[in-house]
Amino acid sequence: MITLNINGKELNVDVDPGTPLLWTLRDHLHLTGSKYGCGKALCGACTVHVNGTATRSCVLPVSAVADAKITTIESMQDHDIGKAVQDAWIAENVPQCGYCQSGQIMSAVALLSGNKHPSDDDINNAMSGNICRCASYVRIRKAIKRAASALA
Amino acid sequence: MYHLNDHASGQRDDGMDRTSPPATSRRELLKAGSALTVAFLLPWSSDAAEKIRNRAVDPHQFAPNAFIRITEDNIVTVISKHLEMGQGTYTGLATIVAEELDADWSQVRVEGAPANAKLYANLQWGGSQGTGGSSSIANSFTQLQQAGATARALLVNAAAKKWNVSASDISIRDGVLSHAASGKTARFGELVSLASQLPQPTQVQPKKAADYRLIGKPIQRIDARDKSTGHAVYTQDMQLPGMLVAVAAHPPRFGAVFKHVDDTRAKAMKGVHAVVPFNTTMRSGVAVIANDFWTAKQARDALQIEWDETHAFNRSSDDLFSEYRALSLKPGQSVRNDGNVEQALKSAATALEAIYEFPYLAHASMEPLNCVVRVGEDECEVWNGEQFQTNDQGAISDFLDIPASKVKIHQLYAGGSFGRRANAFSDYVIETVAIARAANLKSPLKLVWTREQDMQAGFYRPMFVHRVHAALDAQHNITAWQHRVVGQSTLQGTNWLKKGEVDSESVVGIKTLPYHIPNLSVDAHTPEFQVPVQWWRSVGSTHTAFAVECFMNDIARETRQDPFELRRKLLAGHARHLAVLNLLEEKSDWKSPRAENEALGVALHESFNTVVGEVVRIKRINDKIKIEHVTCVVDCGLAINPNVVAMQMESGIGYGLAAILNGEITFRNGYVQQDNFDSYPVLRMNQMPDIDVHIVPSSNKPTGVGEPGTPVIGPALVNAITMLTGKVIRKLPLKGQVEFV
Repeated sequence: MITLNINGKELNVDVDPGTPLLWTLRDHLHLTGSKYGCGKALCGACTVHVNGTATRSCVLPVSAVADAKITTIESMQDHDIGKAVQDAWIAENVPQCGYCQSGQIMSAVALLSGNKHPSDDDINNAMSGNICRCASYVRIRKAIKRAASALA
Repeated sequence: MYHLNDHASGQRDDGMDRTSPPATSRRELLKAGSALTVAFLLPWSSDAAEKIRNRAVDPHQFAPNAFIRITEDNIVTVISKHLEMGQGTYTGLATIVAEELDADWSQVRVEGAPANAKLYANLQWGGSQGTGGSSSIANSFTQLQQAGATARALLVNAAAKKWNVSASDISIRDGVLSHAASGKTARFGELVSLASQLPQPTQVQPKKAADYRLIGKPIQRIDARDKSTGHAVYTQDMQLPGMLVAVAAHPPRFGAVFKHVDDTRAKAMKGVHAVVPFNTTMRSGVAVIANDFWTAKQARDALQIEWDETHAFNRSSDDLFSEYRALSLKPGQSVRNDGNVEQALKSAATALEAIYEFPYLAHASMEPLNCVVRVGEDECEVWNGEQFQTNDQGAISDFLDIPASKVKIHQLYAGGSFGRRANAFSDYVIETVAIARAANLKSPLKLVWTREQDMQAGFYRPMFVHRVHAALDAQHNITAWQHRVVGQSTLQGTNWLKKGEVDSESVVGIKTLPYHIPNLSVDAHTPEFQVPVQWWRSVGSTHTAFAVECFMNDIARETRQDPFELRRKLLAGHARHLAVLNLLEEKSDWKSPRAENEALGVALHESFNTVVGEVVRIKRINDKIKIEHVTCVVDCGLAINPNVVAMQMESGIGYGLAAILNGEITFRNGYVQQDNFDSYPVLRMNQMPDIDVHIVPSSNKPTGVGEPGTPVIGPALVNAITMLTGKVIRKLPLKGQVEFV
């Protein structure tokens, strides 16, 4: 049994310590907002925050985060920057198939948490680890800028 | 022949509670059966209609046909017969209904229709239900106008009856009915009970375009919130009581057959339920069934499997290309032969020749393939981002030897597809059913493919070689065009490809070349072998548009003609192409002088009845190319939602660029050499250009937008590169030939 701090709650979960955080969240805790896309930290669909840092949960053994604060897309409505980013995502009609967008949003929230006014290059650097096959990139860029303005 | 009652759940059921009764289904059937205005689209048997008429009316909801349900809480639910896989069809279809109903957009919801070809056939596909070919809005427009207008008329009649006034004095705006003289108003919910008891109007008239309040406006995407909060439910997210998860081992090469497995280690793992060999028409293998994905995958990785590779595919991409190039020198099967091409080529003042080469491509949707099934004794239930309902029902019916009517399919969101989820052989769906049946499993089962399997299990956009010749006269007029295509048909192995016929998609846009050239011949070779192939966003146009448009640009450059002028000269009578071209020239600022390190490139192509033109602007920075900007002009008839149209053009351009820059699946001795996003790189944020989309105003019926943006970007980009660097590129992808920022 491992105790995890997820979205501000202590949760007990009975998994093998080597199980990636992603599958612990999805299959054991039924937090399915974080997605499986590649299993190798290549696409970013599984991005969550570990102590505030955007982290690929598909390659992160759950045993490595037993003492960490884990934040997922499911709690972003209660997070100032998270809420602003989600609102901007909706206003700019970012999602198409939407499968990658939880990960995109988690990366964008992490970016705006450390950089209130990101430039295009900052956005490229922070977001290039997140693949969107629908190529919603133009709108992601606009939405990040919209959220930054709303938070200013 | 389907039994209507058996697959008539009209309610979107995410499966969270499988046992809850499909409260709405009978009601929807009832109303659909008696909707005279849409009856011509719904070929009911009289027996079924009789059964339906005898059912009681539900006073808490108003469901005048199979597409609309209005409840007392004022919620208008539009039932989408098409899969939402990113293309925005839920938004578009709901807009058509809401427009006719005069509903307020905030009261509209959408749910995916169940599999039921009687109610939900794609009207461009005969009697079959499914989504593809950019047909969702195009085939549904008139049907949903009728459905919405019928519902509206019934609400108006209900209010007239309630208020004892004339129906003609009642108006609706933003979901509120009102009678001006008496000042009476009502919202839809108040009229549900009364409206559901009224007879269907015999005829309804859809709105005039001048009265549209939603169509043509950039209204909010209806799925944006759920998809921005992690709430949208994809197949990957399905949880059902008692559900188990399967991870399979696939053959290492196409045509290899499962022989033997040592599953000692796998079976010893905690949480593993079973290890079962399976066999479908597309592949054999072994699957591990476990409590959860990670356990199943660990156990799958621990299997020791022997494969019989006697008949396995063992070719390499280089050999295939050599063979295709050799084939392209011999005449193939003719599909068009105007004038006398041979003679025109012989007497040409100038003759040009080009060979274009296209690799296999994977769809690589963000959501790797997956499916959830529950296989019962004599029935089967499926939860899936379902693109091919009737085909999949038929395949499951055949596999389990049960009636198709006993296959119930629940619709979910799909995390992309780009064609892959509509598989002619129902490959991933049948694989799930086969594994559940092999294990004799009573509980629901979710099959999850890994990214590696998604990329290596085939059904690629086929590789192609095109050989094109053109003859020019002394005035630089194109007098002849000879075009030969070599490549597998995406219908390979199906009975949709008639023996001795060329798949029309292999030569799409060439056989129907819009450019007027007096001597035109088109022929094709269609080799068949074990690599499974499939439609991929924009299907044949992915390669035909590239070859035709690159060659047009080559001719323009060789003869020092402006590429717009050259095209305009050859497009007499093609008003839509010309309008797109003219608007594109203006919006891209084509004629303005460019800096020395900048260039523009252009291409134009019609697919799925939609004409798209694109101009790409690139810049050279330290010997690398930066793709800065794309101007896109589209004629898609009436644009239901211009914002969704723009999204689809942006998406098509981005998806197309990914393939043009880096996309290739290659073989070495039969082994696929790519397996994930490191070896099969796709477009990322830093390479996405800015895009402006301009829609040609049109009052024609809407045509598709999901695919037509894709095929145009490649030739436009290559044109710009040639203009800037002088380099002529005829082999895709561009990696290794051009360095990009």
